[in-house]
Amino acid sequence: MDGINKHTYRRRDKIIDKVVFIALASVALFLGLLYPLIIGGSLLKEAWIAIEKFGVIGFIGSAVWDPVREIFGGLPAIVGTLLTTVIASLIAIPVCIGVAIFITELSPKPLKPVFITAVELLGAIPSIIYGMWGFFVVSPVMADYVEPFLQELLLDIPIIGKLVDGIPTGIDLLTSSLVLSIMIIPFMATIVKDAFEMTPQLLKEAGYGMGATKWEVIKDVVIPYAFPGIVGGIILSVGRALGETMAVAFLTGNVHKIPTSLLDQLTTITVSIANEFTEADTDVYLSSLYYLALILFVISFLLLIFSKFFIFKRLEKRWKVTGI
Amino acid sequence: MEGYRDLERRIKFRKVKSAFVLFLSFLTAVYGIFWLFWIIIDVFSKGFQNISIDLILQDPAPPGVEGGGLKHAFVGHLIITSLATLIGIPIGIAAGIFFTEYGRFSKFVDFLRTMTDSLVSLPSIIVGTAVYAIMVKPVGHFFGLSGSVALALLMLPVIAITTAQILKLVPDSLREAAYALGAFKWQVIKDISLAAAKRGILTGVILGIARITGETAPLLFTSFNNNFTTYNIFDPMASLTVTIFVYAMGPYEDWHRKAWAASLILTIGTLIFFIMAKYLLGKKK
Repeated sequence: MDGINKHTYRRRDKIIDKVVFIALASVALFLGLLYPLIIGGSLLKEAWIAIEKFGVIGFIGSAVWDPVREIFGGLPAIVGTLLTTVIASLIAIPVCIGVAIFITELSPKPLKPVFITAVELLGAIPSIIYGMWGFFVVSPVMADYVEPFLQELLLDIPIIGKLVDGIPTGIDLLTSSLVLSIMIIPFMATIVKDAFEMTPQLLKEAGYGMGATKWEVIKDVVIPYAFPGIVGGIILSVGRALGETMAVAFLTGNVHKIPTSLLDQLTTITVSIANEFTEADTDVYLSSLYYLALILFVISFLLLIFSKFFIFKRLEKRWKVTGI
Repeated sequence: MEGYRDLERRIKFRKVKSAFVLFLSFLTAVYGIFWLFWIIIDVFSKGFQNISIDLILQDPAPPGVEGGGLKHAFVGHLIITSLATLIGIPIGIAAGIFFTEYGRFSKFVDFLRTMTDSLVSLPSIIVGTAVYAIMVKPVGHFFGLSGSVALALLMLPVIAITTAQILKLVPDSLREAAYALGAFKWQVIKDISLAAAKRGILTGVILGIARITGETAPLLFTSFNNNFTTYNIFDPMASLTVTIFVYAMGPYEDWHRKAWAASLILTIGTLIFFIMAKYLLGKKK
């Protein structure tokens, strides 16, 4: 190869280097910055009619949802979303911590991968399947057995009795939250388990060396050490539960009323959008649904960013420091 | 002597307490497995009862009429997800390469990566509504390609993040060796990093596909639904998931049976992708 030829080759390679850099950089910029901006921006644009008409407080604070008179308030859907998410998390959190303890500390070594795979499989099932199964299988069981039983048990107790007031239909807050909790258990359990496993063996052995029982080691060594990871896992799962559509689409009844009992029908942001989006016949109607979508976007994105930037970043650093 | 007995009692109490809590944790594991078995058994038994070859090969019968199949949904689902995968793979991998190969020490790129990481859990219905506003509204009607774009948007962050993580595992000494031979950055990426991380990236792609095959919400307002088999991506297009949604909500027993059968096929499909990814990951270690 003579000198000139070599020179042109180097020049060609240098140009390719630049082109590759620019192409990759623009793709990364699109994904990390433009993508969320475009999503948020388009939601804001579409929601603008409703934002102008109802304002922020007027929409979030109003419980009226009347397509005929074209008056829309997001309160029932927002409350419904928060309630199902909170109840589902309340069911899921203790279960996940239990499952994580079981997998990391209790299960015999050869069975460990079996349990991990089982939990992960549960997480791989599409949410529409959860929804349909919840509708055809869980809901009748709830209506015929569980809910009447709860009523018999609790109805006579003051205050708590109000929670199970109503006709057991199986299409209600309780069933929605239950199915939602089943859906987030695998997701949450996997993260909590990973956080548990990050605890250095040395710390645990130090605990045992001082004569601590297994539970004491878990309570005083593993859980404090894994705490940020547990919180992060819970927040991520809450984010998932907030945005889940299909698992609850069949089970809420899509009624724009704030539920006062576990047996009341309700609606969530996602269910309202899924059910009414293609039926929305006026601009204000559609715009109000976009308004709901925007609110969900803001809540879940803030939650996710918070967990990523504040919890997992810190964890990464800490795990690096302890040499794992 | 008294003190010793007291100590013994306390140790016993602590041991019993420990055993009790561990038993509770065992019960929660049983609780989790119980749901898994319940849902899997239901999907498989009800699915197998209603599955037939006609389900895949026949066009749907008119509403209320028995018989027919879901060919339109299978064809649509295949087209929508394949197109989404075709859009998603190059963009996702490209972004993943950039995050690790170019921006490992840049605060800004780290910010972009963390944003992308957050996008992994973005509610899928939000992407659906946004794509409706961007693509469907200007065109004036639902069409299959917009569904593919919505799914591609959902799979992009998954692929990008796994690619970035896998590339981090490629030892720097390999890259340095290539640089020492006078290689350019793009050559190092192509011949060293990507070559070493092939299997991991494939895992990311499969995880991305597994994520989108079961998605329903983003398709409701983009590809929508169609009662006929269509191969035109500019027509509304049925998908397996939306069809399950519509059929399960519908009033006919026959529809419900078809929805169970379709659910079985969908579940098996996603589980296969999931097990493939798991297998590839296992081999890696």
